[in-house]
Amino acid sequence: MSEFRYAVNVLPKPGILDPQGRAVELSLPHLNVTNVSKVRVGRRVELTVTAEEEPQARLVVDGLAKELLSNPLIEVYSIQLLEGTSSVVSAQVPAK
Amino acid sequence: MRIGVVTFPGSNSDVDSLNALTVAGVEAVTLWHESPDLSGVSAVILPGGFAYGDYIRAGVIARFSPVMRGVREFAAAGGLVLGICNGFQVLAESGLVPGALLRNRSLRFAGRLVYVKPERLDSPFTRAASGAPLRVPVAHGEGCYYADETTLDELEHDGQVLFRYVREDGTVALDPDDPANPNGSLRGIAGVCNAAGNVAGLMPHPERMSEGILGDDGGMQLIRSLVDSAAEWEAAGRPAPKAATKVEAAR
Repeated sequence: MSEFRYAVNVLPKPGILDPQGRAVELSLPHLNVTNVSKVRVGRRVELTVTAEEEPQARLVVDGLAKELLSNPLIEVYSIQLLEGTSSVVSAQVPAK
Repeated sequence: MRIGVVTFPGSNSDVDSLNALTVAGVEAVTLWHESPDLSGVSAVILPGGFAYGDYIRAGVIARFSPVMRGVREFAAAGGLVLGICNGFQVLAESGLVPGALLRNRSLRFAGRLVYVKPERLDSPFTRAASGAPLRVPVAHGEGCYYADETTLDELEHDGQVLFRYVREDGTVALDPDDPANPNGSLRGIAGVCNAAGNVAGLMPHPERMSEGILGDDGGMQLIRSLVDSAAEWEAAGRPAPKAATKVEAAR
């Protein structure tokens, strides 16, 4: 058995009102940013699945993404296989 | 006859709902979220609150709770289920009523009095209503009703839109940006029902306006409707619903 770590990225469907994205856009002038548009705010969920092979693990993640992590009426999702654990991922973020 | 009110972890309008039912003269019982057993109740209210903290999306975690297995079976057998506020969100996430509740267009929690008008008076949830605008409170952050245009057309055509936000004079707040529309709901929709007509959800809180001491008792018209319809369903020997719900089939 192996452990597979995934990120599930959930975004509002194209065309669905995203007031959070709009609020972020409206804040951009205060940062003197004028060349950023089409902001969409979603949610990222990271999880680890224990399974024999990656395809089996992905099936589990896909099921969860459809049933629980996203609502297909209003959201779309994508699944990304991560290397190692989430702590490794966060360690890649440069320290301020 | 007993009517059940589900208590999820995070429900906060369950006691208000129990009280409104008691005021309506019916025995009201709590249905605990961990049990699928509905104790033989004649109708179910899913109350307001923040079930399971509203994590991920309002209502989605509640959808998988044991009590919802019982509620789903009860609804499929023709039992009346009314979801109020968070209860509406739970029903929508469960696919028991059509559509979804998005974050309020304003991004602000809407806690104030609004006017809603029943779209029809021949439904189990509105039969005791006068048809005049009801002054009722809303208290939610995610109440912006959404369905795609085709679905909205179908819901209107099939009479599944039960309530709309209106101005005090009764004109419908169709525009999402109308001040009388507290959350930006499409076509001013405040409540809908399933295709069979026995499961309904609405964002405003009729149970919080169900006796004079609360400021107004207009909400009692809807509680009374539920009680009368449940009594009739019992008296008729618990008949099956008229049609299978399209929404359930879709999910």
